[in-house]
Amino acid sequence: MSVVGHSVPRKDGAAKVGGTAKYVDDITMPGMLYGRTIRATIPSGRITSIRFDFDTTGFTIVDHRDIPGRNVVALIADDQPCLVEREVRHVAEAVVLLAHQDREKLLQANVVIEYQKTEPVFDPEFSPQVLKHLLIEKGKLSRGFAAADLVLEGVYRTGHQEHVYIEPNGFIAVPEPGGGITVHGSLQCPFYVHKALTHLLGLPDDQVRVIQTEPGGGFGGKEEYPSLIAGHAALLALKAHRPVKIVYDRAEDMWATTKRHPSIVRHRTGVKQNGKLVAMEVEVILDGGAYVTLSPVVLSRGCIHAAGPYRCNHIRIDGRAMFTNTNPNGAFRGFGAPQTEFAVEAHLDRIAEVLGMDPVRLRALNALKPGDTTATGQTLGSDCSALMVLKEAAKRSGWSRKRKAWKGTNRGIGLALFYHGSGFTGAGEVRLASKCSLATTADGVRILVASTEIGQGTRTMHAQIVADTLGVPYDLVEVAVPDTAGVPDSGPTVASRTCMVVGRILERCAQEMKAQLAGLDPAEHYRRHGPMIITKQYEPPPGIVWDEEHYVGDAYATYSWGCDVAEVALDPDTYEVKTTKMTLVHEFGRPIHPVLSRGQIEGGTAQGVGFATLEQVVMREGAMLNAQLTNYTIPTTLDTPRMDTIMLENHYPYGPFGAKGVGEIPMDGPAPAIVNAMRHLGLDVREVPAMPERLMAASRSLMANPATSRLP
Amino acid sequence: MSHQPSAMSLVRFTLNGAVVDITAHPLKRLLDVLREECGLTGTKEGCGEGECGACTVLVNGEPVCACLVPFAHARDAEVLTIEGLHGDHPLQRAFVLEGGAQCGICTPGMILAALVLGENPPIEKLRAGLAGNLCRCTGYEAIYRSVATAWNDGDVAAKRRGAGAGA
Repeated sequence: MSVVGHSVPRKDGAAKVGGTAKYVDDITMPGMLYGRTIRATIPSGRITSIRFDFDTTGFTIVDHRDIPGRNVVALIADDQPCLVEREVRHVAEAVVLLAHQDREKLLQANVVIEYQKTEPVFDPEFSPQVLKHLLIEKGKLSRGFAAADLVLEGVYRTGHQEHVYIEPNGFIAVPEPGGGITVHGSLQCPFYVHKALTHLLGLPDDQVRVIQTEPGGGFGGKEEYPSLIAGHAALLALKAHRPVKIVYDRAEDMWATTKRHPSIVRHRTGVKQNGKLVAMEVEVILDGGAYVTLSPVVLSRGCIHAAGPYRCNHIRIDGRAMFTNTNPNGAFRGFGAPQTEFAVEAHLDRIAEVLGMDPVRLRALNALKPGDTTATGQTLGSDCSALMVLKEAAKRSGWSRKRKAWKGTNRGIGLALFYHGSGFTGAGEVRLASKCSLATTADGVRILVASTEIGQGTRTMHAQIVADTLGVPYDLVEVAVPDTAGVPDSGPTVASRTCMVVGRILERCAQEMKAQLAGLDPAEHYRRHGPMIITKQYEPPPGIVWDEEHYVGDAYATYSWGCDVAEVALDPDTYEVKTTKMTLVHEFGRPIHPVLSRGQIEGGTAQGVGFATLEQVVMREGAMLNAQLTNYTIPTTLDTPRMDTIMLENHYPYGPFGAKGVGEIPMDGPAPAIVNAMRHLGLDVREVPAMPERLMAASRSLMANPATSRLP
Repeated sequence: MSHQPSAMSLVRFTLNGAVVDITAHPLKRLLDVLREECGLTGTKEGCGEGECGACTVLVNGEPVCACLVPFAHARDAEVLTIEGLHGDHPLQRAFVLEGGAQCGICTPGMILAALVLGENPPIEKLRAGLAGNLCRCTGYEAIYRSVATAWNDGDVAAKRRGAGAGA
């Protein structure tokens, strides 16, 4: 019986609803100590002294001098220390680690750090230090602008966003008898942690083992930061010769870990009177924070998506990520694209307004079609569905009727058209060279991948792909726990790649296993011949060409497409805008598991609603001031709109069973759709989160100068 | 949290249908007593300040955040945690089938909060009743579908008749 395309019970379902699934804080070990991180409280300066203002008996104390290897968090650049030596670059940087068996004593321990402060930089626009610069050029901008009837400019801004996975970060490190270390933790990328630990501890690969515990949400927030926590727990455990658990409380998690990159995006666009886009000049600035971490890659994805899913012959996208003295900003669902797609979609509605054109018509006129080229010069094939999702969303939502009927009322409707590249950017997947294995067992088969289940349904979806390819029942396919000692490196669980890229490698493993089984079922083969293990490595789809130096070519193997329509209601007294309903039309090849896929779309949309209207990180002197759920509010049931979700199919030949990526794209559309609905209300909003005070200001400027405030 | 043994209290209460005698500091959070003294780790900590609802348990049938309740308040009370539903309650089954559980960390609290709302709660009652339970994965729609399915799906309803657990 075929299971692909059907919503079979998820593999981890019973354990999660029964309360038996083991998250890191649910695990204790004999002799385990608790660990605590002492952090810097200034954004920039030098440490002049550290004093332990408590009885240190019974404590394990670690600082940078205890690091046996290199004091770095190895990732892209080796600029971030695991523990501060002298120079502090942001608030909450880890300086000293403490461990004790008694949590109360641990929390009471007072470490006094004195500093010599230096002048911090908080505004990325005024930062003297460029973290990464890149340029995308297509055609000749001056020629495009020469042909324009109208030129429209605008600046669009987005703020920090906190992930708020409901399970805070945590690790348990266990010292091994031979001098090695095993860490158990809440993470997305076991081999990122593995690499970081081998560098930090100066240990060979086989002396470091990383095992994933059930993670209570990730959303990118457990992509790079866990390497730091694992390092801290490991250093304490190696010094104490005992297991050490570090679990952050909510405040520490919000205060110390990564956020979504704030952005400033400038658009200057040349348009013909008939609505045709002829020139797009885009400047992207991201606030990278204090260290490189993943910012170059976030900037890359953000810039590649910055011109939106539109056809234009003359495009120039200039992107910079800047160093500032805040926590490094990091991976968060969408990875730069939600920021730049917000800007281009809000800008497009301003163009429509100036031209007196319906926003759907303007988009239909310019949307990418098969045969068109993107900003990087990638020629799209039949896997391009921009027009299909746009038309379906307009029809399904009753766009034309509501747009007309609600004009001048307290209700508004707006939309956004967007796309999202599946998998790593450019040559990233070739460089990763991910491997997956499939093994026969006494009962059936076992999937061996490093891809983690973070709620999105990795285990279930991979098992479906293998079951149908092999022709065995879904229940006979088990999925190994991601453990670096037992699974191959199938790459990080990021970038909308786990289904399309990793799933495809698994499909190829299953195809080969099927051939080798020669008609036997896997368990029977196992009984007769012992275990069979098939391992396959990533192979790029044919014809992918990418020039990393010039940012030209096939930026992604394929894209998923989406159109969101937001319906909002304005409270004229409080200036609160409530999103009442969203129509979500997505094409991502094919849903392997409709319930899980829909869950990705709806869950990502709710995060997008928060990004648009609720979630404001208040920064003071480089630190998050509202690091608690009381006043950093994520959408509750009452803040989340009802959703009408439509999954259109356009099978992609190089994805498993026709699938592309769906994890991140739902994050791209809600903010611009909601802000465009605010524009329909007459509110000129160019920044998210669009808090009531911002809307009130937008409304006042409208009343003060109604003739010009709605024009460029 | 560890406390001085001299300040410990012996508290008798009903936990998931069975009478238990537990010794712990009276001010220790009920959340920690359930997880540590009772060994029931299905009740989760998400924020420790009563905002997220991940630690929701039922005390005398009322949903409370176990992170805000001192252990002494459990005296003579009936406490129901997710483990008390034995994994076969129709809500539990429906949360698996309809995608109400993704990462699963809010799920135990969410299911207990939904349980209190009774069979077939109207959508506005459901939204209001779950407003104290944050979920970052689902956008809540799948949770609404799970609750609706629990009480309406024939297969699940049959399970429900067979299952003894409930509030």
